Amino acid sequence: MSEPLLSVDNLKTQFFTEDGTVRAVDGISFDVYEGEIVGLVGESGAGKSVATSSILRLVDSPGEIVGGEITFKGETIFGLEEGDDGEPRPRDDMLSEKEMRRRIRGREIAIIFQDPMESLNPVFTVGGQLREFIEINRDLSGEEAEEEAIDMLREVGIPAPESRYDEYPHQFSGGMRQRVLIAMALACQPDLIIADEPTTALDVTVEGQILEMVTELQEKYDTSFIWVTHDMSVVAEICDRVNVMYLGEIIEHAEVDDLFYETKHPYTQALLDSMPRPDKTVHELDPIKGVMPEAIDPPSGCRFHSRCPHAREVCREVHPEQRDLADEGEPTHSAACVMYDAFEVGYEESRPIETEATGGFSAGLTETGDGE
Amino acid sequence: MATGSESQTDDLSTRDEESGAGEIEARVGLRYTLKQVKRDTTARIGIYTVGFVTLVALLAAIDYYLFDYAVAEAVWYSPVRDPDQVNRLLPPVGMENQFGAGAIEHPMGTDHRGRDVFVRLFYGTRIAITVGFMATGIGLIGGTLIGSVSGYYGGWIDDLLQRVTETVYAIPFLVLVIAFMTAFGRDLTFAMIGVGITSIPVFNRLIRSRVVSIREEDYIEAARAAGVKDRNIIFRHVIPNSFAPVLVQATLQIGVSILIVAGLSFLGFGAQPPTPSWGQMLSASRNYMLPAPTFSLFPGIAILITVIGFNILGDGLQDALDPRINN
Repeated sequence: MSEPLLSVDNLKTQFFTEDGTVRAVDGISFDVYEGEIVGLVGESGAGKSVATSSILRLVDSPGEIVGGEITFKGETIFGLEEGDDGEPRPRDDMLSEKEMRRRIRGREIAIIFQDPMESLNPVFTVGGQLREFIEINRDLSGEEAEEEAIDMLREVGIPAPESRYDEYPHQFSGGMRQRVLIAMALACQPDLIIADEPTTALDVTVEGQILEMVTELQEKYDTSFIWVTHDMSVVAEICDRVNVMYLGEIIEHAEVDDLFYETKHPYTQALLDSMPRPDKTVHELDPIKGVMPEAIDPPSGCRFHSRCPHAREVCREVHPEQRDLADEGEPTHSAACVMYDAFEVGYEESRPIETEATGGFSAGLTETGDGE
Repeated sequence: MATGSESQTDDLSTRDEESGAGEIEARVGLRYTLKQVKRDTTARIGIYTVGFVTLVALLAAIDYYLFDYAVAEAVWYSPVRDPDQVNRLLPPVGMENQFGAGAIEHPMGTDHRGRDVFVRLFYGTRIAITVGFMATGIGLIGGTLIGSVSGYYGGWIDDLLQRVTETVYAIPFLVLVIAFMTAFGRDLTFAMIGVGITSIPVFNRLIRSRVVSIREEDYIEAARAAGVKDRNIIFRHVIPNSFAPVLVQATLQIGVSILIVAGLSFLGFGAQPPTPSWGQMLSASRNYMLPAPTFSLFPGIAILITVIGFNILGDGLQDALDPRINN
């Protein structure tokens, strides 16, 4: 394949809090190619949103990107090198804050936020905000920007855009506001749009319309997307490739069909099993046991072992890196689970351990093992 | 921008779910606020009082700047020249005191140099209003800038700015203003600047507390992600959303500033004679309390009405801007 549009390599973002260092994003790598929709999936707290704000370098104090490399169209959004004093320092070719603001944010990479109710400034008209974003990112005059803004509103399916232009956000419904946000993202004609759970706050019928619209617009403008979500059905609907995140790490990566039909990682499987489906009653659902551990003190070895139904001794000791498990000639399908032979750490010989998921005496606690 | 862009014409905004029920109004903006204020009787009294006083001040200012009291002198008396020492300390019309009986040509009597009190009160309004608006304006602009920058950036910038303004806050303001005026000059300009500076911390704290919460809103994050400059985010997104309580405080502060500067004039700092100002009239009248008590009465009433007017308006604004109070 050609050069990726966006390449994230071993990205690490940490929050330095009073209680310790929270490793919100701990060494994730993924690529986004032109014209594709890449999913970033995981539970709440997996580090998805931190990962996306890291890409735009919008992580606020006490958070900080501490390692890794982000390249976008050959330019370095983030990169470190070793300084003279042995401490890491930003590389010379890393874009300055000003260049990020002027050339990347909004113009090259736009973001659609989760909550359409909160993402529009209540004291501005919708059109005013849209126009502001277009003006700064496309070097258009006020009038041209206004025309463009109205066109974009029409494009995302807002009826009577000329009159809606002058209305305030509170006069729009949730679905309409989300359309406005999508119009804002698209209006600046970026190459990449990060959609941070854009349909989570909407009801399903509206969600369906929005997804359909995004698919259409994506084809029309050939924009790449990073689609952040925790909803596997949305992933199935819209994504080309998927990265599954757990506790700051990407634990499985595959093309969307492979992910659903040849699920490798137990966590992905668990996510799929907890999805409500028409052919299952609530009692038949199999939710993931327990809650995600704190990223401030992640479990040793495989981070999922404390909730994994297949956990064995070895899982606690070995921290698996992602490996490609696909057959020769097949598209990449990598997972980070020692269950597979490719890891060669002796999973088969290892003793099973009691975890929350295996339903032993310690169910409900994160304490595992048998006092060795 | 926040207020200027509500060009909702009726045909557009009645179209939605409330069609026929009247205009869907934006719950923001100047027009909406004024509408709310007008519904409240006390607030309406506040508006009219403030409006009246400001109008008087405007007329006085026009006469002062364009004609140098010529208009007043033509139709009435000059507020600054001492025409004669004969009609000193006359009482208002219809009353009598040891200096003589009140006459219609001096409806509020005369002062200790025979000048007409009514005309001097009229011109005193100009100073009171100028001082109120200028001092508050300085405090408002300074406080809003410092507070919003401080709240938006946080960290050491916040610490630095807040400690500095707290230091100013810690010094009794009258002492600070008097020290300031002693250093720079005793005239009215420095009185306004001095009072303005001492009110910066008030606005600063108020807006900072709002900005700290507004900063976390998604639309601020969205603006940053769209590449909007920090300066524009602060001016166009943060400040308009934090401004409601500041507006209320500013209205109240105008009354307070008028009171303070009147007090300063009373002490001899501020407008210098013969420029007519209420504080200075009060100051002059204190020597004649017993023989001519009405001399001190009118400037006092003028100050009272003006300050109360601004306070009532401030309260009314507060109610109007508070979405929880639905009147």
